[in-house]
Amino acid sequence: MLGLNKKDTSLLLLVAALVAFAPILLNPFPEGSALAQFNAGYPDLMQRFVIFGIFAIGFNILFGLTGYLSFGHAAFLGAGSYAGVWALKLLTINVIPAIIISTIVAGLFSILIGYISLRRSGIYFSILTLAFAQMAFALAASVLTPITGGETGLQTNLNDPRILDFGVREGGNIPAPSLFGLEMGSSFQLPVAGWLWTFNVGYYLSAVLMLIAFYIAIRIFRSPFGMMLKAVKSNQQRLNYTGLNTRPYMLACFVISGMYAGLAGGLMVAMDPLAGPERMQWTASGEVVLMSILGGVGTLIGPVLGAGFIKYFENIFSKINDNLLHQWFAFMPDGIENVLVAIIHPFIGKGWHLTLGLMFMAVIIFLPGGLVELGQRIGRLFKRRKSDDTSGQTTPAE
Amino acid sequence: MDSSKSSIMNLGIAMGAVVLFFVAMSSIFGVQTTVAQTINGLDKGSAYALIALGLTLIFGTLGVVNFAHGALFMLGAFVTVALNKALKLGFVAEGAETKAVGGFTFGGPKETLYVEHWFGEAMGQSIADWSVPLSIIIAIPLMILVGVIMERGLIKHFYKRPHADQILVTFGLAIVLQEIVKANFGAMSIQAPEPAALVGAMDLGTFIGFEEGAIRYPYWRLIYFMFAAIVIAAVFAFLQFTTFGMVIRAGMADRETVGLLGIDVDKRFTLMFGLAAAIAGIAGVMYNPIVAPNYHMGMDFLVISFVVVVVGGMGSLPGAVLAGLLLGVLESFSSMREILEILPGINQVVIYLAAIIILLTRPRGLMGRKGVMED
Repeated sequence: MLGLNKKDTSLLLLVAALVAFAPILLNPFPEGSALAQFNAGYPDLMQRFVIFGIFAIGFNILFGLTGYLSFGHAAFLGAGSYAGVWALKLLTINVIPAIIISTIVAGLFSILIGYISLRRSGIYFSILTLAFAQMAFALAASVLTPITGGETGLQTNLNDPRILDFGVREGGNIPAPSLFGLEMGSSFQLPVAGWLWTFNVGYYLSAVLMLIAFYIAIRIFRSPFGMMLKAVKSNQQRLNYTGLNTRPYMLACFVISGMYAGLAGGLMVAMDPLAGPERMQWTASGEVVLMSILGGVGTLIGPVLGAGFIKYFENIFSKINDNLLHQWFAFMPDGIENVLVAIIHPFIGKGWHLTLGLMFMAVIIFLPGGLVELGQRIGRLFKRRKSDDTSGQTTPAE
Repeated sequence: MDSSKSSIMNLGIAMGAVVLFFVAMSSIFGVQTTVAQTINGLDKGSAYALIALGLTLIFGTLGVVNFAHGALFMLGAFVTVALNKALKLGFVAEGAETKAVGGFTFGGPKETLYVEHWFGEAMGQSIADWSVPLSIIIAIPLMILVGVIMERGLIKHFYKRPHADQILVTFGLAIVLQEIVKANFGAMSIQAPEPAALVGAMDLGTFIGFEEGAIRYPYWRLIYFMFAAIVIAAVFAFLQFTTFGMVIRAGMADRETVGLLGIDVDKRFTLMFGLAAAIAGIAGVMYNPIVAPNYHMGMDFLVISFVVVVVGGMGSLPGAVLAGLLLGVLESFSSMREILEILPGINQVVIYLAAIIILLTRPRGLMGRKGVMED
């Protein structure tokens, strides 16, 4: 289907089904039950899942295929965000132009940075991208304040020109970003026997775009272009010796990756029309690296899993507090309960980043393939138990 | 071209560029401003140089790209913070529980600080006053220990893995270290002041014949620069004039051959990691009075320190020091009002710009050896 082989088609369909029914699947616990706080099926969080999924897919096209570790990818996300807000301010409150413009602007930005950074490889490439991103961050926060809004960030205003909206002004409120009148924030709620399912416009728009992005990523992975990039990863020198100039391929890959980041940035401002410089900081670049590695770099589904995993646990872990822990361990004797709470305390709430850092280190040390490798190992374990098949090797689910 | 000749040439080129820069600056802004700005840049530059020196030691010996080095700098700074906290601990002496004035009690029971109790009041107070320099004594063994544990416990397993993996695992470690500090000391910056005797500034200009008040320079920043110079000189002397240092240098040049000669290179390299950690640590300790430390200061310094290492030349110790000082001075020059008026915001990005230009025009950095990480 769509030029994919059978395995990829089923992967795409699986992801599509998961994404389409996410509002139901992510709300497994009935409303008002004690476990309801583990539900992830509310619009804000689901939007973040798919948007960061796009970001991570794009990063993975660069890092996973070519092995070039960019530590400045958030610069493209930030550039896309600023471009998106300006489109919302100047053109129209409709999100379509904003998303397109932010993708294009991020693409242009990445041509510039990629052209220079790709002259070097290895750690130098990482440091060059990092240097550019830090420059973008520093400038956005200070000198470029007329364009970026400085430290406070850029947001839409009531008095923005919005030339394509032909002066249609609704009352005294700042108009919310919308898709042909359908507001991003609006949702349809369906209560079913204790469960409350929320189907949000913004989420589904992002989800559709993520599926398209995912499909394009599969096509790139399977294309001759993708093969070339994989060849760069395995041995660039040999490729050069055969007389191939790898730089155009690398630049194309870098720009595609940057455009994915721009798309994610555009979607972010479409959901919430606010862009600040902290989106470009190198910690933000580090986050997308974490997502890709945690999920499984170089695999198709890994980055999406990683993005979902990190955003989910960020949300859940930072919500848990000591009172909640005391509730959970209430069945134990007081002494043990207090000790347990004291042990877990540093890892929850504000300490969530500690958990993340430890998890990340554990993944790099023990599981360089991330969650996908974990799944494969478990799968292999079961397979071996079922039948004493000597060919325990499975092909990686790329 | 043999390596000693090429390194002398590198040094010549670098020095020539530096001299040219200062001559140009003096002719544009006048000698006085140039000297003032140069001195201004030296203290920050020496912090960069110290961190970059440690980074280069680790990279040169173990071949590891250590993204947690900024976190070690931060840990050093927090040794002082912890010491300060400990010095403020006290107990309520018996019989002195309340000081009643006119029937009211003020400020609760009077606390006696442990340090004053143990060393006498005057001595205790001066210990508290000199806490920043004193914490170096604690920081050195502590940071060597941290470094050795880090190397044996984690980094050791990453020698054979690609550089990207090393970057990532040390990045993870940096997150963990800074979150641990955040959990214990909070997210706010905590000031640890310099000793009272060293507060204030001196009029440096009068020594070299400028008018009075031309170059006012805080004592502590002068001390920081001298301290850095001493540490750097000590490290170089250690490497140059001791047998241990000779083995290290030999190991940096050709690890395999040194191993074949029956020398346990690994053990010595582990110690070098500890030493590099200690250098970063004491650089952090002494930086306390200049900038109040917070848990993410390491990350801020790390990015710049990497740039410094790359500009100086991967694996070149003199290059790291030179580049650190140069970039510090460059940053100070670009913060001048006259320059900011022409190029607004240049002070924020000048270091990165310099790095980009160097990386593109001179791939091995200012003083890097030919063929070391040159791709």
